[in-house]
Amino acid sequence: MPHLIKRVSRLLTAHLDVQLLLVTALLMAVSLVVIFSGSNQNLLRVSSQMINMLVAFAVMYAFANIPPHFLMRIALPLYVFGVMLLVCVALFGDIVNGARRWLHVGVTRIQPSEIMKIAVPLMLAWYFDRYAKSLRFTNYIVAAALLFIPVGLVVRQPDLGTAMLISAAGCYVLFLAGLSWRIIIGLAVAGAASLPLLWSIMHDYQRQRILTLVDPSQDPLGAGYHTIQSTIAVGSGGILGKGWLQGTQTHLDFIPERTTDFIFAVYSEEFGLLGNVLLLFLFMLVIARGMVITANAPTLFTRLFGGAITLTFFTYAFVNMGMVSGILPVVGVPLPLISYGGTSLVTICLGLGILMSIQTHKKLVQS
Amino acid sequence: MPELIINPGVEIRNSKFELYQFRMRLAIASGFVMFMFFLLFVRFFYLQVIQHEHYDTLAEANRISIVSIVPNRGIIVDSAGVLLATNYSAYTLEIMPHKVDNIEALIDQLATVVEITPKDRRRFKKLTEESKSFESLPIRNRLSDEEIARFAANRYRFPGVEINARLFRQYPQGEVFSHVVGHIGRINQRELDNLVESGLDANYRGTDYIGKVGLEQSYETQLHGTTGVEEVEVDSGGRAVRTLSRSAPVSGNNLVLKLDAKLQEAVYRAFGNNRGALVAIEPSTGGVLAFVSKPGFDPNLFVDGIDPQNWRELNESIDRPMLNRALAGTYPPGSTFKPFMALAALFYGKRRPEQAISDPGGFQFGNHFFRDDKVGGHGAVDMYKSIVVSCDTYYYMLANDLGIDNIAKFMGQFGFGSRTGIDITGESAGILPSQAWKMKRFRQKWYAGETISVGIGQGYNTYTPLQLAHAIAAIANDGVMYRPHIVDYVENIVTRGRTVVEPQPLRKIDIQPEHLQVVKNALVGVNKEGTGARAFAGAPYVSAGKTGTAQVIAIKQGEKYVESRVAERHRDHALFVAYAPADAPRIALAVIVENAGFGARAAAPIARQVFDYYLLGKQPTPIGVDKDSNDASPD
Repeated sequence: MPHLIKRVSRLLTAHLDVQLLLVTALLMAVSLVVIFSGSNQNLLRVSSQMINMLVAFAVMYAFANIPPHFLMRIALPLYVFGVMLLVCVALFGDIVNGARRWLHVGVTRIQPSEIMKIAVPLMLAWYFDRYAKSLRFTNYIVAAALLFIPVGLVVRQPDLGTAMLISAAGCYVLFLAGLSWRIIIGLAVAGAASLPLLWSIMHDYQRQRILTLVDPSQDPLGAGYHTIQSTIAVGSGGILGKGWLQGTQTHLDFIPERTTDFIFAVYSEEFGLLGNVLLLFLFMLVIARGMVITANAPTLFTRLFGGAITLTFFTYAFVNMGMVSGILPVVGVPLPLISYGGTSLVTICLGLGILMSIQTHKKLVQS
Repeated sequence: MPELIINPGVEIRNSKFELYQFRMRLAIASGFVMFMFFLLFVRFFYLQVIQHEHYDTLAEANRISIVSIVPNRGIIVDSAGVLLATNYSAYTLEIMPHKVDNIEALIDQLATVVEITPKDRRRFKKLTEESKSFESLPIRNRLSDEEIARFAANRYRFPGVEINARLFRQYPQGEVFSHVVGHIGRINQRELDNLVESGLDANYRGTDYIGKVGLEQSYETQLHGTTGVEEVEVDSGGRAVRTLSRSAPVSGNNLVLKLDAKLQEAVYRAFGNNRGALVAIEPSTGGVLAFVSKPGFDPNLFVDGIDPQNWRELNESIDRPMLNRALAGTYPPGSTFKPFMALAALFYGKRRPEQAISDPGGFQFGNHFFRDDKVGGHGAVDMYKSIVVSCDTYYYMLANDLGIDNIAKFMGQFGFGSRTGIDITGESAGILPSQAWKMKRFRQKWYAGETISVGIGQGYNTYTPLQLAHAIAAIANDGVMYRPHIVDYVENIVTRGRTVVEPQPLRKIDIQPEHLQVVKNALVGVNKEGTGARAFAGAPYVSAGKTGTAQVIAIKQGEKYVESRVAERHRDHALFVAYAPADAPRIALAVIVENAGFGARAAAPIARQVFDYYLLGKQPTPIGVDKDSNDASPD
């Protein structure tokens, strides 16, 4: 009897990665503590995030159990489906806050650019895996095209933040796939040279965000307000922080979006530099584990896709903390695993689930 | 870095080199991640350690708002406790101009909720023109409960508009005290600059009003009090969350005046429809018992900024109600100057009391004949008679004998031509002419002929009613002069401690007591058998006085002044200086009634009423002077 239970439980947990699971749970615990403070001790908000977490865990569990070769099979269809949705958005999308990002599907509406955050690296990983035996320069051209079609559509919406995250994910795949240094350097130079061009095609509000970053005091009550107030929150936190529930910037309503995009300001104000170092350390644990899994992944597809997921996780964390501490422009990127909100949490856990799947399905691939 | 376990199975599909290359790339990416996280750490360290103090200050500044608590302004009462300036609380509707784009449109909108008259609009416009930036300005005062309720219900429509409870200054006695108590008004830029310069601006944080004239201005530091400070924690919307600390304001001190409100009002009424001024002084202390300048104005109009229409009316009125005649109005003293001239004569030894001159009805000097009032003259005139009948010829000659510089030197002791130092500002010095004065003023030498008319209080010399009262009080007090003061004492309302405005002896005038007695006797004679006799007939006390008439326009040589022929505003001013009781004076006064003709007829009866009220408690009645009658009694 105990033998049976053991077997069943081993079967159920076979595809979970204990390290990733532990760190994720730890970060989620931190999340609940900060959301409680950021929402002015609103237990409803905390419990609703707990439900989001349960859903996210379920998704993580499910994807951990899906073997990577199944993902390979859906890569192309998902990508094509996603691009089609983006085209639909461009044609019939709803305009919210001046940007065409949403698409009505029956009773609800979706933001197809979210799908592309997974679909693009998945597609590219699949593509490189398929042509791994005979990689030529033209493959990289095709890959670049596969990357820039969706990115271009998202830029047009306009949603520069998401476009950058998608292209970052795609570029990570290209980089890991062995894009030659000459081309990387060449692209970097070309990119720097084309900055003025980029500036000229930017929308006013996008330029404003960049300008605000350079000098937030230019518009202290307008575009610069969020950056100024979150920077003050971080700076006034000091080494040890003001203490849980004691942040004045937080509780007197100076920080905008306290439980979502700017939750790091709350955390940083109340837990200070020590808290920040702890958080950086926890994020590093997730990334390091992802790197280890990726380094030992059995196929090119899993390596490229796993690497892209890990580096995307890093990008989210970096961009969000950089934005809150005033070194990056304000873009709508949540802090992974910490910010309130179901969508981002589920997306992140989905990625972590895939990493677990890569780690635990090696033997199947082998045989 | 990741454990480099090489899986033999994988090598079937990937060459060792490919795997090595991938892991190199992964290592580079890991290095990139670590570098970027290190950058974040550096940024955190910069913000939270190096710049911590700066951002902490900013966070505190965000959180803590300093609210000033304006102290209650001290009140002003008369010697009997009658309120002259007080405070009451009321609600105002205020607009913060810097938060509103189109003020006109906003006021139109507001007018649909509370009543806003064109007068309110004009006053508001004037306020915006002279206000400091960032202060909220009242569009309506004294809102009714119903109006408050109606605005509250519509408040969301009016960002930048708020209702505030404020203390208002009120002057219950209105125009009667307008020239003594003065009034407050909103602080203007010049006054703000002055406050900043004197370092008082911190204490005026939150204060919108300051004393503009009168006692309100001269005792501003006493009346204002000390501003309290409250530290309030506010949220990002500026709403107060809780109070962190509080230092209570200290109310301003109260002023208790020497002035008697009933006497003041009696005087004001006694003037009837006439313009003029009266200053009554307690000779033994210099305390001011009555200080009237008529017409006055309603000081309550100024408290919140006067509307342009009232302002124009007050400014353009031919009666000049804004002029403080008692303090700043300068008039020729006329014959009231004669007793002082007589003292000068005795001082310089130019006349003996019993020494008589012969008055042929005037005095010939060069080719100019200085005419006496009485056609044919007074006959033989000694010093006593010269004062009692007010003989001009006696003083023409005397002035000629004394010379202008002796006159100036002697009269200066009585305060003629210099400010008395009374405790309100805006005093005129008047003109005490001398050779040096004329050289300085006109760059001309003095002509001996000009001295003659100075002898009877005409010519260049002009003095304020306050100076005249100050001088006659000096005679009443046997030559000891006190600085006139309106405030008796300043009262601290917390400790009830009193700071008395001490009688300050200015000086003792250099005159012999027997000389003084000669003049004092003559002054009693004036009210007993002379020009003041009619006004003081039947008085149960002995009083001393001197009538005077001051020319407004020069009369041609050889022409007699006939009142009915002269336009009203060009008629002579009536003057009277007096004190009573004669042996132990309790009150001395100077009164001038503008364009009322002879002093005996228009001014002396007012003095009689003041004495009757002050010494006997008798209520006065207004005096109607029939200006067209021509029964010119000599002066």
